[in-house]
Formats: sequence, structure tokens, C-alpha cells
Amino acid sequence: MKISDFKPNNAVESVTQALEKLEKLKDYNITISTTAERALDRAEQVERGEITGRLAGVPFLAKDNFLVFGSPTTAASKMLASFNAPIQATAIEKLEAEGAICIGKTNLDSFAHGGSTENSAYGPTLNSIDKTRVAGGSSGGSAVAVALDIVPFALGTDTGGSIRQPASFNGVVGVKPTYGAVSRYGVVAMASSTDCIGCFTSNSSDAELVIDIMSGKDVSDMTTLDDFFKPCESSSKTKKIGLVKNMINDDVDEDVRQRIYNLAERLKSAGYTIEDVELPMADYAVAMYYIIVPAEISSNLARYDGVRYGYRSDSSSLAELYGRSRDEGFETENKRRILIGSYVLSSGYFDAYYQQAQRARTLLCQEFDRLFESYDVLLSPVAPTSAFKLGEKTTDPIKMYLADTMTIPASLAGLPALSVPAGNTEEGLAVGAQILGNRGRDSDLLALAKEIEALW
Amino acid sequence: MNSISRDDVLQLAALSSLSLQDDEIDSLRADLSRILHFVEKLSELDTTGVKPTYQVTGLLNVSRPDEVSQPIETEVLLSLAKETNDNQIKVPKVL
Repeated sequence: MKISDFKPNNAVESVTQALEKLEKLKDYNITISTTAERALDRAEQVERGEITGRLAGVPFLAKDNFLVFGSPTTAASKMLASFNAPIQATAIEKLEAEGAICIGKTNLDSFAHGGSTENSAYGPTLNSIDKTRVAGGSSGGSAVAVALDIVPFALGTDTGGSIRQPASFNGVVGVKPTYGAVSRYGVVAMASSTDCIGCFTSNSSDAELVIDIMSGKDVSDMTTLDDFFKPCESSSKTKKIGLVKNMINDDVDEDVRQRIYNLAERLKSAGYTIEDVELPMADYAVAMYYIIVPAEISSNLARYDGVRYGYRSDSSSLAELYGRSRDEGFETENKRRILIGSYVLSSGYFDAYYQQAQRARTLLCQEFDRLFESYDVLLSPVAPTSAFKLGEKTTDPIKMYLADTMTIPASLAGLPALSVPAGNTEEGLAVGAQILGNRGRDSDLLALAKEIEALW
Repeated sequence: MNSISRDDVLQLAALSSLSLQDDEIDSLRADLSRILHFVEKLSELDTTGVKPTYQVTGLLNVSRPDEVSQPIETEVLLSLAKETNDNQIKVPKVL
């Protein structure tokens, strides 16, 4: 399903069909809510020519951590179960200004904490290829929606791999732009120094269009960069590709390794120079991430206190109200991360954990800088495995964290990275290749992704 | 290995304004110990003289025009709170 399949004069039918398909496939648990009434209203406006633009009449879904009008924004938590957003996210406003129509909100790990969409307060989303397996996460619902052709694009957020990993597990394109390329205003914050907004599509050209529309400076998000994103037709700027050897080690499934080697061979045949490179600091990236990100989470989630909005537990004192609202409103993984964050920020531990992680992050960034002096793009698997079984990792948080081993480095360094389908395992499960580039090289990555799609 | 006691968990929970239930404490204690043990891998690295990276954009002192605007109406924000009284959010007794 492509964006160009949708026409403004068919907007009502497009929206109706997407909503019907969602209903038919509801056992996948893709969405938490739909915005049917508002969507149909907007579709009629498109048909009457009152709304125009590059996405006029194109239905899409947004991860339920984007503030959107028409249904609650829950972040898949009990905390925000009935939170009706008073504003819309800048990304949503920009897409609506081009005529796109949001039809609903997709499932995620509660507050985007997780790698499988199993931490949702509303149950897991099922994998699009094998219903006994996870969708990946945390943007699992959005990935499955695009994989099952419900909408041509869906929005996600990626803090440590939450777009790229579910894209890989469902055989679709998933893009995490350069940190600061897309405004996060109106998106539920997780870890502000790595949170990025991106999209899922069936092909890289569509992703290019969506990123082009969403990117640019926003005074409401002080970390946004001037609009540097310019779609480019050819991948001629990419000549040398580094294959990250320590991300294709023995811990990676044989099936996954074979798909990546196979892609590397095809790229070689297509004229690219491919050389083995090492990124030794990547082996420390998960450890850095699970200090830095919980620290930021513990601060960002302090706002959920049961007072101004969100879930409030009945209590006789204010202190009890805070404590009980937070205990009852958060999922276990939210609490784990808040507690770890409080620990690593405590006096006495701050230097040994938090500062050490931020210094290690500098070493990781320096390794990337050195590699980008010689290579235009780096290639690796997105994840060490294809989609794992539901429940397989839920009792072991560290096992779950390690599923993000290959996506976390780009997040910590703020680099653009995307997942592009690289074929299937023998069992028929999807495998994604990750391509990542230096900051600001987003359009070159997408141009290369288009080339890769043409290779199969 | 830096092991976490039940009291440590309760202390962290107090700092985090989380009233944990009794049946949550032991499993969180075990998880926290394992996670902290895992991230201790970083102590292998020599970071002497390395500056920390808190953010990656390099942007400093970003400002915006000082213009008065009110994108959200007060009534809309108040309607999000569970209890209000006289244009204010009502909470239980503080002291």
C-alpha cells in the first residue's frame, strides 16, 4: 500500500475502508482507540476541497503517545487512560496541514518503555506474520498496522530502537531521523536526550515524504534543528559502506546474519564498496542507555502526580495521593525505570553511574565520528533475532533490553538510522537491515534505502 | 556487586513518590540488583579526562521571541483535573 494510491476525492471511502479493516483485524490489538468521527469529518472536508495538500485524503495512524484530538491519549498506561489532549502534537498538525487524516491511536509499551509492546496496559499487539510472536516495540501497533496494509503510513517514536526494531520484526520500513529533525512538542516525553519521532511505511519514498513534511524547527521544541531535510533522488553520495562486524557476532541468529551478508553482497554487486569495520563502544551502549534513559525517565515522569491531569487515586493526604496514584497508574516496567533513574541520580552514585555513562557516550560518539571520516553509511542488523515469542522475555528485563543492542548506539549519538526489509528467515519471519549515517544525512540514507528496495 | 536491599527499594520509592505494594517490593529489588549489576560493565572503561555528552545537537541558549500567546484555554486545562473548585485544582489536605 502506497501513499500515492490515495486520492482526495475518495477520502471518505479510504477512511471508511481503513477503519473497517482495523475492525476486521482487531485480534491483533493494533489500536487503543480510533478517531472515527473526527476522521470522517475531515475526509468530507477533503472531498469538498476545503482541505488540500500533499497528503490530502491519506489515512494514517499515530502511536498513542502523540497528542491528537478525537480520542484519549493514553500512552498505553492506566495513568492517562482518560486523558483528552488539549493540544495536538506539532507533527500531527503538520501532517494535517497537508491533508492527512489520523484515524486512530496505536498500541505501545506503556510510556514507550519496552521492546515488544507487551508492557501495554491494554494487552500486547501481535506480530503481523506470526500471531504467536511479538510485534516488537515500543511502537508495535504502528508497525503492524503498516505491515497489514491498514494505512500507508503510521507514526512512531524511537528512543532506543522503538521504530526500527518493530519495523524489522514486521518487514516494513522504519525511520528514526537525526535527533532534533522533527519536533517532539505534544508527544509524551520519555528520555529527552534521545527521543525522536519517525514513521513506518511500506517503502522508502513514502517515508521520505512523511519525514519531509514533519521535519523543521519548532519554537515549542527548543532542541529542533533548522530544516535541513531535502529529499534526494540518487544515492550517489553513498559510496563506501562499513559493515559493523561486532554487531554481526555469534550472539546474532545465523538466519539474521545470512540476510545481512546477503544484502552486503548485493550492494557490492551494485557497485558499492563494503568494508568490515568495528565499533567497540557499541558493546557498552546498552549499559550506558539503561543509566541515562532511566535517569531522564525518572525526571520526565515526575509530572504524573495525579493532581493536574491523569489518574488520581482516592487518598486522604496529598503525599498519599501522589504515591498511590503513581503506583496504581504505572506499569511494572515504568516503576523499574523510575527507581533505577532515582538510584543513578542519587548523591553518592551520580558520578559512578550517571557521569560515567555520559562520558562513555562521548567515547561512542567519537568512534562514530572516526568511522564517518572514511565511510558514508554503516550497515548492521536491526536486532539480533527475528520476532521472538510472546512472553519469552517478559520475566527477564535484561534479556528484553538486549533486544535493542544494535539500535541503541545511534540513539545515544543522535544519528539518523533506518530499518529496511532484508528478506525473511527460513521460518518466514521478517529481518531488517539497519543503515545509519552521520547527523543530517537522513536523505542520503533514504536514497540508499530506495536502492536497496530495488535490489530484491 | 552492589546489592540492593528491601530498605534501599523503599528509600528509592520514597524519593520517587511511589507507594509500592508489599508484593511488588521483592521482585523490584531483584530486578534492580540485576540491572545495576549489568550496567556496572561501564566501570571497565577508562574515562579519565573525557567530557560527558549530555546532549548531541550542540545547540546552546536557544531563545524564542517573547510574544504573549495563550494556545490553551484555562477552562480546558482545568477540565483535565479530577477535582476543581473556583478555577483552582482541589487536592486533599497538605498538612
